[in-house]
Amino acid sequence: MSLTTNPRTTENRSRPLSQFRPKRTLRDKYGDRAFNIGATAVLLLSILAVVYPLYFIVIASISDPNAVYEGKVWLLPSGVTTEGYERIFADSRIWNGLGNTVIYTVLGTAVSVSTILCGAYALSRKDMPGRKILMLLFVITMFFDGGLITKYLVVRDLGMLDTVWAVVLPGAVGVWNLIIARSFFEHTIPNELREAAQMDGATDFKFFFQMVLPLSKPLIMLMIMVHVVAQWNSFFDALIFLNDDSKYPLQLVLRNILIQSDVSSTGTTGGDIESYAAAQRIAELTKYAMIVVSSLPLMIALPFMQKHFTKGAMIGAVK
Amino acid sequence: MKRISRAWQLYVLLAPAIVYILVFKYWPMYGVQIAFKNYNPVDGFTDSPWVGLTHFIRFVNSYQFGQVVGNTLWIAVLGLLVAFPIPIILALLVNQLQSERFKKFTQTVLYSPAFISTVVVVGIMFVVLSPRSGLVNNAIQLGGGEPIFFMGSAEWFRPIYVISDVWQNAGFSMIVYLAALAAIDPALHDAAKVDGASKLQRIRHIDLPGIMPVVTILFILAIGNLLNVGFEKALLMQTPLNISTSEIIQTYVYHAGLQQAQFSYSAAIGLFNSLLNLALLLVFNTIARRANQATLW
Repeated sequence: MSLTTNPRTTENRSRPLSQFRPKRTLRDKYGDRAFNIGATAVLLLSILAVVYPLYFIVIASISDPNAVYEGKVWLLPSGVTTEGYERIFADSRIWNGLGNTVIYTVLGTAVSVSTILCGAYALSRKDMPGRKILMLLFVITMFFDGGLITKYLVVRDLGMLDTVWAVVLPGAVGVWNLIIARSFFEHTIPNELREAAQMDGATDFKFFFQMVLPLSKPLIMLMIMVHVVAQWNSFFDALIFLNDDSKYPLQLVLRNILIQSDVSSTGTTGGDIESYAAAQRIAELTKYAMIVVSSLPLMIALPFMQKHFTKGAMIGAVK
Repeated sequence: MKRISRAWQLYVLLAPAIVYILVFKYWPMYGVQIAFKNYNPVDGFTDSPWVGLTHFIRFVNSYQFGQVVGNTLWIAVLGLLVAFPIPIILALLVNQLQSERFKKFTQTVLYSPAFISTVVVVGIMFVVLSPRSGLVNNAIQLGGGEPIFFMGSAEWFRPIYVISDVWQNAGFSMIVYLAALAAIDPALHDAAKVDGASKLQRIRHIDLPGIMPVVTILFILAIGNLLNVGFEKALLMQTPLNISTSEIIQTYVYHAGLQQAQFSYSAAIGLFNSLLNLALLLVFNTIARRANQATLW
């Protein structure tokens, strides 16, 4: 194959094998080269489109707000300042939100992952009576949903409004993740292994905790990461179920500062316009810094998570 | 009975998940009856008086009905037409790259926005598209144009919504297709190469048919969620100025239901949304089955 993909080696021509190459190869090679150039160009443009906005936000977050305002910041920061970051780290709402998010993320991930792993294993066992009906019970919920209002009323009737549980429990078990975990168990845990273990007197519990779980590390990693990312980024359950702003997760705090403030400030031009404009620019600077700070933890973790997510997609694609 | 008692440990393992869906999925489904009742907190789900289809009729006759349903369908269809094919195209292109390192790099970069929260993505849109100091408007002014107040204009809501969706999710959706492409037997490609097939021909005749089952399943799932996806983002992107195009069924349910406490009325609208979704799913699954493609069941 290297004969056709490496046009620069001239010695190929003298080799007898080259006579067996199909006649159209030469023409198609130019077609293929054009295709390669085109594909690479498209992908480079896509990379630029993804990266540039993020890069701009990073440089804008450390630039003089006036320079950003006047459109002088394009490739490098100008008039470097850390005021945006100082303001964020002085803001108690951010710290409080961050603390809450950490609690919700740890708790939510623990609840979700343990429920999903245990449940998915039970459903993966072909010898479990009633397995099909139980599975159907789960699948139905993927396609029909009681809706926002009734969910809210249930959470209220359970007395969970304004508690940690309202953020952790209502979205705990994603059926899609359950299906992925189930098919992972079906494909990686051989039935013979279980039979052998049972011969040796292992109960289902013992088999699950001592053999299945240690064999399922990639799945466990994937599930942990999916839920950490989801919980870290979620805001909607907190928005509808929490009134007490001391319980707000980081995302909700961010929403109130990043998005809500912008909407309300557009209408209120009055008083001292000069100082108002200056305050506005500082506020914008803080927003850039806030975007950086809030996305940084997951972005740093990304290279470590990448392997597992790609593997996860493979597991998912099997289904 | 004996089989069941022998498997009791499996039931114990499954119990938390079952309790979860009974409480948080089936109890709300049972509660959907309030869409046909005048719900009041004292009587609860069961004892509130029946009113039949009153709430549905009120919704259909309300002046927002056409607008809200129209906006929902617009966003859903636009999203599907634009956002669904792009990850497939990206995956086909990435799959053809020869350098493993560039391949990996492209993948990582393209899917990294998926880890940024919706709140922050919308926050990014607000600062980057800001009429006073935003990057995009600075560029427009540099080119001699007039600044545009993107987030506060009804016409711009749909394009911004769809573009940001592609920006955030296309790379992540691409991974599933790449996994499917990796599963295609390389012998097919080798055989085609020997026969003199060009890259484009191989994409058309080997790669595309090879990932078609995955494409179909994801398409059906996308249809099934057509009216649900992106509700959080629409809510975040809403400003009083773009409400005429940004109010979709789900945000309307949120406003009418939770902010104005019209529980029964908005539950009826929510149910309308769910049923519409279910109908779409069934229709498309049937079509896929007729066309002999992979189906969900």
